[in-house]
Amino acid sequence: MPVSYYFALSAILFTIGALGVLIRRNAIVIFMSIELMLNAANLSFVAFSQLHDTLRGQVLVFFVITVAAAEVAVGLALIVTIFKTKQSINVDVLNELKQ
Amino acid sequence: MTLGELTANLIKILPLCIVIVWACVILLVDLFIPKERKAWTAILSAIGLLVAMGFSIAQTGVDTEAFGGMLVVDGFSQFLTILVLSTGLAAVMLSYDYLNRLGIQRGEYYVLLMFSISGIMLMAMAADLIVIFLALELLSIPLYVLAGFARPRTDSEEAAIKYFLLGAFASGFLVYGVAIVFGATGYTGLTDILQSIQGGSVDMSLLAIGAALILVGLGFKVAAVPFHMWTPDVYQGAPSSVTAFMAVGAKVGGFAALMRIFVTSFGVLAMDFTAVLWGLAALTMILGNVVAIAQKNIKRMLAYSSIAQAGYILMALVPYGQKDVIVDAIAAALLYLIAYAFMSFAAWAVVITLEKAEGEGLQLSDYAGLGRKYPVLAAIMTVSMLSFTGIPPTLGFIGKFYLFRSVVEGGFIWLAIIGVLTSLVSAYYYLRVVIYMYMQDGEPVAQRDNWVYLTAAVTGVGMIVLGIFSLPLLKWAYQAAISAF
Repeated sequence: MPVSYYFALSAILFTIGALGVLIRRNAIVIFMSIELMLNAANLSFVAFSQLHDTLRGQVLVFFVITVAAAEVAVGLALIVTIFKTKQSINVDVLNELKQ
Repeated sequence: MTLGELTANLIKILPLCIVIVWACVILLVDLFIPKERKAWTAILSAIGLLVAMGFSIAQTGVDTEAFGGMLVVDGFSQFLTILVLSTGLAAVMLSYDYLNRLGIQRGEYYVLLMFSISGIMLMAMAADLIVIFLALELLSIPLYVLAGFARPRTDSEEAAIKYFLLGAFASGFLVYGVAIVFGATGYTGLTDILQSIQGGSVDMSLLAIGAALILVGLGFKVAAVPFHMWTPDVYQGAPSSVTAFMAVGAKVGGFAALMRIFVTSFGVLAMDFTAVLWGLAALTMILGNVVAIAQKNIKRMLAYSSIAQAGYILMALVPYGQKDVIVDAIAAALLYLIAYAFMSFAAWAVVITLEKAEGEGLQLSDYAGLGRKYPVLAAIMTVSMLSFTGIPPTLGFIGKFYLFRSVVEGGFIWLAIIGVLTSLVSAYYYLRVVIYMYMQDGEPVAQRDNWVYLTAAVTGVGMIVLGIFSLPLLKWAYQAAISAF
C-alpha cells in the first residue's frame, strides 16, 4: 500500500481532532480530540519513516507518546479539580474571566 | 555513546543540567522544610538559578554542538539562557511574599518554576524539531499547573484549564507540522532539513504546509493574533507572579524557537512566509493595542499589551529570508526581548504590591492616588508605561527604534508605519494609567515587601540607565545574532 494512503488517513484523523476541539464542549471530549491530533502525527511519523527508510520517525513516536502521557496526567488532574468546584466539565461554565 | 562522550556532552550544557538537577533536589529537600519556613525553598531555588547563570556566563564565546547536533551552544543560546535565568530570578523574588498573602505557599511552586525555566533554556539551544517539541512541553506543562496554583479559587482553575486545553491544542499543530516536515525532507535536524532542501528532491508544498503548522503551534505560545484567545483569560486568572513569569518566559521560548527554525531551515520558503508573517505581525499589533484600550482590569490590559508587544517582536521575523538584513533584525528582536522583560517585570511588580488577597485592587481605578501616596511605585509604573509606549530615553524606545529600523531595511515601510501608528494608539491606554496615578484622588494600599520593591527598583532604574547607555546591550545582542545566523 503506498505511503500516501497512510498520510491521507492521518490528515483525516488530524482534521477530526481539530474540529472536535473547536466544536465539542465537554472538557474530556476536547482532550480526547487533542490526543487524536497527536496520534495522527504519530501515524504520519511512522508512515514517513517507512518512506524514507529510516528509524528516526519511529523513535520520534516514542517521544510524542511520552509527552502525551505527561499531558494526560496534568490535564485529567485539572479537569477533576474543575469538576470538584463547578460540578461540571462543560467548558461553557468556565466564564468568570471576563470584564 | 560511551560514558565519556556522555559526560563531555552534559558538560557542554551544564547550566541546563544544573537547573534540572537542582529542581529535583529541591523537590526532595522541600519535604523536610516545615510549612512556615518555605522561604528556604525560595532561597535555594534562587541560588540554583544564580549558579546556573554563573556557569552560563562562563561559557561566553563557546560555539559548539552537543548530542550529535541536536543541541547547539552558541552566543544566541547563551544570550537567551541568561535572560531567562534572570527572568526566573525576578519571578522568585516576586513570588514569595505574594504566595504567603494568597495562602498558597507550597514548595512545588519553585520546583515547577525551575522546570519551566529549564524548558525555555532547552528551547534556546534546540537545533532539532523534536527537541523543540520536547522543550515546548517542558516549558508549558509546569506553566499549566502554575496557572492553577491558586486553587480552589475558580478564576485560577479556569485559567489553568483554558491554558491547558489551548496549549495542548497548539502542540498538536506543532507535532503535526514536525511530522510533515519530516515527511517532506526525511530529517528533523534544522541543518539536515536545510541540506535536504538544497539537495532538491523536496516537495515544496508539503514543506510549506509543515512550516505553516509549526508557525501556528509556536504562534499560540507567543500569543500572536489570531492565536491569542487564551491570553487575556489566562493572564487575568493566573496568580500575578505566575503571569509575570509566563508573559516573559513563554514568549522568550517561543520566539527563540521561531527565529532558530525559520532563519536556519526555511529560508527557501521566504517568498510565501514573508507575507504571512507580515500579516500576523500587523494583525497582532493592531488588535492587541486596540482591544487594550477597552480594558478596565490592569491584568487584562497588560495581557493585551503583551499581545501587542509580541506583534512588535514578530516584525523582526518578517525579513527573515534576506541574508543581509536578518542579523540586524534578530539582534533588534533580542534587544527588544530584554526591554520587554524589564518593562513587564516593573509593571507586574507594581501590580503585585497593589493586589489584595481576594483578587481585589486590580481595577485601573484602584491606581488612583498612587502618585501622592507611593511616589516611588508610581514613578516606576510610569517609567514602565513610557517604555512600553516607546518614549525616549527608556529602553523600550531603543528596542522599538532598532526593530523599526531593521524592518525598514528589509523594505517593509508599511509595516513600520503600522508599528508607529499602533504605538501612538497604545500611548492612550498606557498613559491613562499614569493619569489615574497622578491626577485622580484615591487611597491605594500597597503591601510592603522588600523583594518586590527591589525587583521594581532594579527594573525601573534599569529601563532608564540601559536606555541611555544601550550600546553594550546592543553589542551583546549583535554578537548573539551573528554567532547563530
